[in-house]
Amino acid sequence: MGELRLMKGNEALAEAAIRAGCDGYFGYPITPQSEVIEYLMAEKPYDRTGMVVLQAESEVASINMLYGGGATGKKVMTSSSSPGISLMQEGLSYIAGAEIPCVVANVVRGGPGLGDIQPAQSDYFQSVKGGGHGDYRLIVLAPSSVQEMSDFVPLAFDLSFKYRNPAMIVTDGLIGQMMEKVELFDPVPRLTDEEIKEKYPWATNGKPKGKERRIITSLDLDPHRQEEHNWHLQAKYQRIEEDEVRYEMLQCDDADYIIVAYGSSARIAQKSIQLAKAEGIKVGLLRPITLWPFPKKPIHELVEKGIKGFLSVEMSAGQMVEDVKLEVGGQTKVEHFGRYGGVIHSPEEVLEALKKQIIGE
Amino acid sequence: MTEEIIIAGFGGQGVLSMGKILAYSGIMQDQEVSWLPSYGPEMRGGTANVTVIVSDEKISSPTLTKYDTAIILNQQSMDKFEETVKPGGVLLYDPNGISQHPTRTDIKIHKIEGAKLAAEMGNTKIFNMVVLGAYLKIKPIVKLDNVIKGLKKSLPERYHKLIPLNEDAITMGMKNVLNN
Repeated sequence: MGELRLMKGNEALAEAAIRAGCDGYFGYPITPQSEVIEYLMAEKPYDRTGMVVLQAESEVASINMLYGGGATGKKVMTSSSSPGISLMQEGLSYIAGAEIPCVVANVVRGGPGLGDIQPAQSDYFQSVKGGGHGDYRLIVLAPSSVQEMSDFVPLAFDLSFKYRNPAMIVTDGLIGQMMEKVELFDPVPRLTDEEIKEKYPWATNGKPKGKERRIITSLDLDPHRQEEHNWHLQAKYQRIEEDEVRYEMLQCDDADYIIVAYGSSARIAQKSIQLAKAEGIKVGLLRPITLWPFPKKPIHELVEKGIKGFLSVEMSAGQMVEDVKLEVGGQTKVEHFGRYGGVIHSPEEVLEALKKQIIGE
Repeated sequence: MTEEIIIAGFGGQGVLSMGKILAYSGIMQDQEVSWLPSYGPEMRGGTANVTVIVSDEKISSPTLTKYDTAIILNQQSMDKFEETVKPGGVLLYDPNGISQHPTRTDIKIHKIEGAKLAAEMGNTKIFNMVVLGAYLKIKPIVKLDNVIKGLKKSLPERYHKLIPLNEDAITMGMKNVLNN
């Protein structure tokens, strides 16, 4: 068993970056995720593993440092909160186009605009539908505990390198700020330059003699070649959709109704389900772990089993509910419930919404 | 066993660290724990509160509206949290700084003169440990030696010499808790 610690979600994410063999973190402070860079600065990872931590001059600079570092085959990472992530969208689009692996964590806060500093889940569209321009996808992981804040860092790096695609960890102020017990995984050493050359022949880390120059770019002015590049990206996204869907189901076997919720909302919904059970209402939880690729198949299977209604619960005005509706395809009732703008719904409010909007009391 | 607690008072009273020590004590005896602070701008100079859950089972929602126990350390928190205690639950408060005493009759109300006792012990900073001691007397959800282990884990090494003082404060709280 690994070392047990009581940590904030943000701290667990930072510690996991060091342990996952991350080569460089570039970030800019913003509430509610500033503990990530604070923890990294205090830990002096350069002394522990040689990992570089740099406070960039802005989020725009951070994401472009990821472009440069990632292009050399290094494991690079940044984190921010909603307004900062918006600033990174141009860079993310370039990184996706240039197929550079990297990890970006978004500790979501209430918006739009500067909004506030309280937890929200209103960046779902931005995360899964492409917040920047062009036809691209991010691999999006949504932790719902401090443990997963730690575990999903190496997972995000693995997926990101496996597919040469940026991966995003989408969480919120609640999970970022709360402390829970976390079992830390054993550290993985950083790759040496030789190992990187061996493992990632695409990386731009110097032209070897007798071989062609390697160029990483998202620019190709020939529309036919650009279309071909897009076909290649789409084929990759299809492979990810086939192989990388992750989700969790709780008490769905004999459920009449299903709550679909991720991250903090999934935790709150678990309590609502306990309260419902005490009242004799059979409701299960489908928790998407990958927001993209979205768990479509489990929804199809639940519809086939004759579920009487789905309640999509998220701290937003209703974003993920669109994807749930798409998969349910009008075959049964789908509704959204959530508080937003930084307000967290209570387990009781979720149960009331289920009764009112789905069961129809 | 699941114990859902809100600890509320002023920033600087040691509300968050009391919660942290309680959470660490739970880990020391293999329990599941969660610790969720209020982290809004209202914290700066104003009220601070933390939700702590200690359980034998996996914890569902870390954010709650009803609590098994409320530990209340100022009037603003009394106004806000007295009504959130579950019927049959516990409300523990320090009368110092409270003008409106709790009035509910369907919960168990206990008092601890935390600020006064800490001052008598010559160190007002151990106030929160006196209150923690009082709480653990009412609800012994974690063993005292696990609290000491928790203190060791949550305090930086340079403060370890203060652990005996903290232990005394906890004992002081245990001895002096009053039923309303």
